[in-house]
Amino acid sequence: MAPVATTARPGRAWTLWVGGGFVALLVWSADATRMDLASLGSGEALRQITLYVAKLFPPDLSRATLREAGLGAVETFAISLIGSLFAVMLALPLALLATRTLLYRGILFEARPPGLGVRAGRLALYGVGKGTLNLLRTIPEIVWALIFVFMVGLGPFPGVLALGVHTGGVLGKLFGEVLEDVDAAPLEALQATGASRFTILVYGVLPQALPQFVSYALYRWEVNIRAAAMMGFVGAGGLGQRIYVAISLFYERELMTLILAIYLIVTLVDALSAYLRARLV
Amino acid sequence: MYELVGLRKVFRGGEVALDSVSLTVGRGEHVAFIGPSGSGKTTLFRILNLTLRPTEGTLVLDGQNVATLSDAGLRRARRRIGTIYQQQNLVGRLRVVHNVLAGNLGRWSAAAALASLVRPWNADEAARALAKVGIPGKLWARTDELSGGQQQRVAIARVLVQNPDIILADEPVSSVDPSLAVTIVSLLRDLSHESRKTLLMNLHSVELALNYFPRIVGIRDGLVHFDLAPDKVSADLLAELYVGHRDDELALERIQHGTNPFGGACRPLPGFAR
Amino acid sequence: MARIPSAAPADPFPGSPGNSRFPWLLAAVFLASVVLSWRAAQVDPRLLVEGDTLANVARFVRGMFPPQLAGDFLVLMVRSAIETVQISVMGTAIAVLIGFPLGLLATSSLTWTGILHERTSRAGRWALGFVPYAAARAVLSVFRSIPEYVWAFMFVRAVGLGPFPGVLAIGVAYGGMLGKVYSEILENVNPRPLETLHAAGASKLGVVLYGLVPQALPNVIAYTLYRWECAIRASAILGFVGAGGLGQQIELSMRMFQFDEVLTLLGILFVLVAGVDLISAKIRARVA
Repeated sequence: MAPVATTARPGRAWTLWVGGGFVALLVWSADATRMDLASLGSGEALRQITLYVAKLFPPDLSRATLREAGLGAVETFAISLIGSLFAVMLALPLALLATRTLLYRGILFEARPPGLGVRAGRLALYGVGKGTLNLLRTIPEIVWALIFVFMVGLGPFPGVLALGVHTGGVLGKLFGEVLEDVDAAPLEALQATGASRFTILVYGVLPQALPQFVSYALYRWEVNIRAAAMMGFVGAGGLGQRIYVAISLFYERELMTLILAIYLIVTLVDALSAYLRARLV
Repeated sequence: MYELVGLRKVFRGGEVALDSVSLTVGRGEHVAFIGPSGSGKTTLFRILNLTLRPTEGTLVLDGQNVATLSDAGLRRARRRIGTIYQQQNLVGRLRVVHNVLAGNLGRWSAAAALASLVRPWNADEAARALAKVGIPGKLWARTDELSGGQQQRVAIARVLVQNPDIILADEPVSSVDPSLAVTIVSLLRDLSHESRKTLLMNLHSVELALNYFPRIVGIRDGLVHFDLAPDKVSADLLAELYVGHRDDELALERIQHGTNPFGGACRPLPGFAR
Repeated sequence: MARIPSAAPADPFPGSPGNSRFPWLLAAVFLASVVLSWRAAQVDPRLLVEGDTLANVARFVRGMFPPQLAGDFLVLMVRSAIETVQISVMGTAIAVLIGFPLGLLATSSLTWTGILHERTSRAGRWALGFVPYAAARAVLSVFRSIPEYVWAFMFVRAVGLGPFPGVLAIGVAYGGMLGKVYSEILENVNPRPLETLHAAGASKLGVVLYGLVPQALPNVIAYTLYRWECAIRASAILGFVGAGGLGQQIELSMRMFQFDEVLTLLGILFVLVAGVDLISAKIRARVA
């Protein structure tokens, strides 16, 4: 009997290469970022940090500041909510375009593979869908915010648009993966009853995919609330804008209040998201 | 009803699932297909229910060559064939009523299909079908909460709602409790007989095939090994069919020695031989 | 035979106890939140099709092409890109340094519950286990709930401009995230092998090394790599608050309305992110 061949497993050589490369990367990066760990640990930097932290306390809890913090928090929350909503509305159609198993591949096309012309057209659609999603999600939210501020002016609205567009790209990619990984057996059965592609989508694909969609959307909301706070740096409203002002004018104690506000609202959204995910999925 | 001429299916990697299958099935006939695992029975059924295309050969359904059908014609043809799978292939998260009414999807417009998900178009129809298969109370339950045997009945109810001319059952009882197997096979047989539907069934159990069907087709290595009435199927023929497949051979041995793994609950249909 | 229901029951979700009111309540609350948020965020879709906006869009698109590809500009930008990578690597490294010990402390099965602590006294478990556990959890929570850029901001104030505060900011913020996820991975490990080892007489360290670590390691590596991907994007963005890297360049170019430079920078960012995604996926495929 022939000897059983051992399958290739990343062996010692590979681990050594990657490990070595990793260490080299680390050393190179440490040097270049002027990692002043020494100075960090030593007196000067530590002193600076302590001095600065001392300036932050106690947080400014005057009426005016609290009001600003409250307004900022509400605005930021609103930006994240509507932004996430827009994202889902954008992601759903794009995800459908970026799912090969709905366009030209897989079990729905086994009996009647689409003709060359149709296939080319569908491939193009897929390309457009995937390409758009990549574009949307690679450009960071803040850059989108800058772009939209340029286009529609200052305020929270460009923040909403930026979040919607960027997160739409991210969710679109995730949704597409869910759609492609759906269990094919019920789809085969539905096809055998003579159902059209649209009906198969609604009866077979979506019931499997929707819970995952909700889960991803809620998870992204947690990310978005943090991003929404940041939009303000470039003029897109919310807590970020007020933080920017506080820092520029050296209002450290007010800054502390605003940071507390961010902490509270982020924790709130995290909790809401976890609760909803547990209940709905 | 069906006319198969030289059907051949070769899959992507070069695997020959069907070598050359030719046979004819008349309207209203009941035929059982037996053979060892990997013999090509499931592939044959997927070609027969029009979800797979043969590499060579022709399939004529009710006088029409399937390859010449338009896309719309293909869908209409599929509507006339109801399929029951080994693993039920139901949508787990939907309620039973929706899975049963899905039998209508070949007839309904897209809008109707959508609307029915919100409020079932005709729950009565689903309820009647469920009553026929013996589980009327499960209308609103979530499908993945039912047992395997119950889910199989839901699949049968769906086929009833679809009301096709042909029923294809691909190993409908292989993943079901053996005590239930007889019930389900007889249910399918009785339902088809009542409405004069053509019934083709893949069976793993030779005993069930021999006791419930008037025509047995043995498939092995993608070829038709024999096509006979049950009393003509000798033990030798069966041994040839299953040679090299130990588990099946063991089951065969029990049949040959007279022990019936199904406990003597067989009940032939009136009007059929044996 | 049971009675057949003759019409659909009024409740569309029958058979699920305690479920009948929740979806409606949720829908109502959701709708109300959306309406209120719509106003608070000053959403005005009409703005999108206004004359000014369209003119700006045209300006932007026209300004982008052709992308700025002058030699010296490219060299400068590639340096920035490299800086971004370095920030992300160092930042992630520090995040692991911070997150790992804190994550270990924040794992209940390591500090005060589970088989490892069967025989520790109640008081001992409280003082040596629960208190550090709670403290670690609190610290991790603060670290990760304050967004990176706020940390970056504060570090810039504390140690000056440049890539260093960016590294610290990512280290702290991501350290919080890594710590929390590490603790979750460790807590969700299958307890049976641990019990088996324990029953066979292994010491606590033995149980951890032979039972806990092998199970947790693939997930830990996978998540850390995923965090590195996020770190690249974060490093790029932190430049907006003066912490170096591509972000600073993008902000500068946008403010000076040099859209052709912006396009080039976005292109570089695109390549960077794609490259990191690729490497990370390859490593994850091998490890998992």
